[in-house]
Amino acid sequence: MYTYNDFDEAFVLERVAQFRGQVERRIDGSLTEDEFKPLRLMNGLYLQLHAYMLRVAIPYGTLNSGQMRQLAFIADKWDKGYGHFTTRQNIQYNWPKLNDVPDMLEALADVGMHAIQTSGNTIRNVTADHFAGAAADEIADPRPIAELLRQWSTDHPEFQFLPRKFKIAVTGSPNDRAVTKAHDIGLRMVRNDAGEAGFEVVVGGGLGRTPMIGKVIRDFLPQEDLLAYCEAIVSVYNLLGRRDNKYKARIKITVHENGLETIREKVEARFAQIRDGFTGFDQQLLAQIEQHFAEPSYKSAKTDGYEAARLANPAFRSWTDTNLTAHKNDDYAIVSISIKKHGHTPGDASSDQMRAIADIAETFGHNEIRISHEQNVILPHVHKADLNLVYQALRKADLATANIGLVSDIIACPGMDYCALATARSIPIAQEIATRFEELKMEHEVGPLKIKISGCINACGHHHVGHIGILGLDRAGVENYQITLGGDGSEDATIGERAGPGFSADEIVPAIERLIKGYVAIRQDDEETFLQAYRRLGPAPFKDILYPEKAEKNAA
Amino acid sequence: MSVIVTDTGFAADDWKCGFRAVEGSPANDCPEGIDLASDTDPATLVGLTNAAMIRVDFPSFADGRGFTLATRLRQLGYKGRLRAKGHVIADQYAMARRSGFDEVEIDDDLAARQPEDQWLRRSNWQGHNYQARLRG
Ligand code: SF4
Repeated sequence: MYTYNDFDEAFVLERVAQFRGQVERRIDGSLTEDEFKPLRLMNGLYLQLHAYMLRVAIPYGTLNSGQMRQLAFIADKWDKGYGHFTTRQNIQYNWPKLNDVPDMLEALADVGMHAIQTSGNTIRNVTADHFAGAAADEIADPRPIAELLRQWSTDHPEFQFLPRKFKIAVTGSPNDRAVTKAHDIGLRMVRNDAGEAGFEVVVGGGLGRTPMIGKVIRDFLPQEDLLAYCEAIVSVYNLLGRRDNKYKARIKITVHENGLETIREKVEARFAQIRDGFTGFDQQLLAQIEQHFAEPSYKSAKTDGYEAARLANPAFRSWTDTNLTAHKNDDYAIVSISIKKHGHTPGDASSDQMRAIADIAETFGHNEIRISHEQNVILPHVHKADLNLVYQALRKADLATANIGLVSDIIACPGMDYCALATARSIPIAQEIATRFEELKMEHEVGPLKIKISGCINACGHHHVGHIGILGLDRAGVENYQITLGGDGSEDATIGERAGPGFSADEIVPAIERLIKGYVAIRQDDEETFLQAYRRLGPAPFKDILYPEKAEKNAA
Repeated sequence: MSVIVTDTGFAADDWKCGFRAVEGSPANDCPEGIDLASDTDPATLVGLTNAAMIRVDFPSFADGRGFTLATRLRQLGYKGRLRAKGHVIADQYAMARRSGFDEVEIDDDLAARQPEDQWLRRSNWQGHNYQARLRG
């Protein structure tokens, strides 16, 4: 895992000191509210519906036990004893006081963490595959690249006042778990025919009001050109991106309006200017960074106990069926800890739970923890012989929900409960769906299904790429929920299609229930997932299920 | 009146030759500075590398285009004096300097609201600079 060197440490401390000064200068009037706003945003501080919210970066989703304990400490000392894991590998505190924030940032700096550029019109926290360094299907670990990009984008003088926010994601695996095609820049680590390491570069993806799948701007970018090329893209965007309309300011619109060819020409021309400025020293730094991400020293032990425990305990077996992923070391497994207990707020973890996770990771998980963009926590390296003990410990902390990838593993944005922009509630809808399917006891039968809920058109809940997406709108003061079908955030990224008229808050959960039961009735066999069935059959039968009256009328 | 901010603090403007827009015709007696708007087409920068002074406008501190224009000018080989003018706040001083500006021109009101010491706090702009470090 990456640990801060003297430079990083001095940097974050200086940054905290600057922010402390900015808070004081806001209070004494040196900074107007307008001027203070982007400064607090680029330090992670939002103003929400009821209070400030501090968004802390978990760079590329990786942290250790000590850092997790510090997150718990911060939750207890300056917030209400819990934190919320987001869809972009951040943790949010919903109730900090402005005057406390510099102290919170200092507490983060103490463990090599920060909230820099988690908000505002800047290059945001770089995200990566949450199974990086552990997944069986991985070509290369994306985290060193993500760390290099973090250093490059941090406090970049040219890019602190961009037209709009700018998000970068990296994956090192053919199975794209980082939703790279829905990012401003998406990087897929590949090798060319000569075997050299590089990237396929995708630009202009994004969800929000105008969802777009990113387009390939460069098939193969040699690894050593990464920073210069990214700098070229953002530099072109900084001048060309629209500043007259917030909703047309993302690079996806710049690409759409100017055409990919024009953007490519400008980027290549700019790249040619910038390239010589990089002397190759960044590649030396990258080599140093890579050393931080060496594999853990795997232990060797017998795994028979694991199989025996699975046979003996159906609850454990069920948990291992849903919450484990293949590790590149056969004796190990990747454990996903569900932060989606039925009826609870998706992504919320109490400080006690954070400490329990830290302890378990320290004892059984080589001290490593990940946060996924699906708002769950991952223990990337657990020996199979320890899985039963890990499960028991998770049960004690109320963290053993066996629902990863199932109906109740829902992504939901904060919505009306916290967010000032919301047009509808999203958390309560997620809670009701999860509770309902827990009552029905059918989610294991239903199988893999991604439901994603956004509380407004800004789509922070990624509903466009949910197999079932739910978008909460406001229709003349009444909540109205639109359903989209067939979305997919994987390497086959697809934007879901709108199913038809929306549903009221009372109707939406029964509609989802109808939809899922209807799918189970028409699927080919138990193996055919919702998404596969949708792709095979097209939208019509699903619309008939959702709108039975209309289907009857058509049939009559 | 306006105030010129450099690493040593506030000073009066010592530029005597005035400014003109890119399209304007040059005076003969004095090398006028060139005024650039923040929405300047970057293609025009190529022809300006021999100017003695270029002044880039910041209509709003939230308009970050000037930072890219400055960076490009320097990358094109511009060696003359480069000034950021308008709504640039003290918190942006380090960004301005790192992007290639030599100085910032602010009005008296802003200079009163954000006095010299607030700018001097950022005169350490060469420290803690990830981009310089990555470039070796
Ligand atoms: S989708 Fe809308 S309601 Fe939900 S967090 Fe984003 S802005 Fe807020």
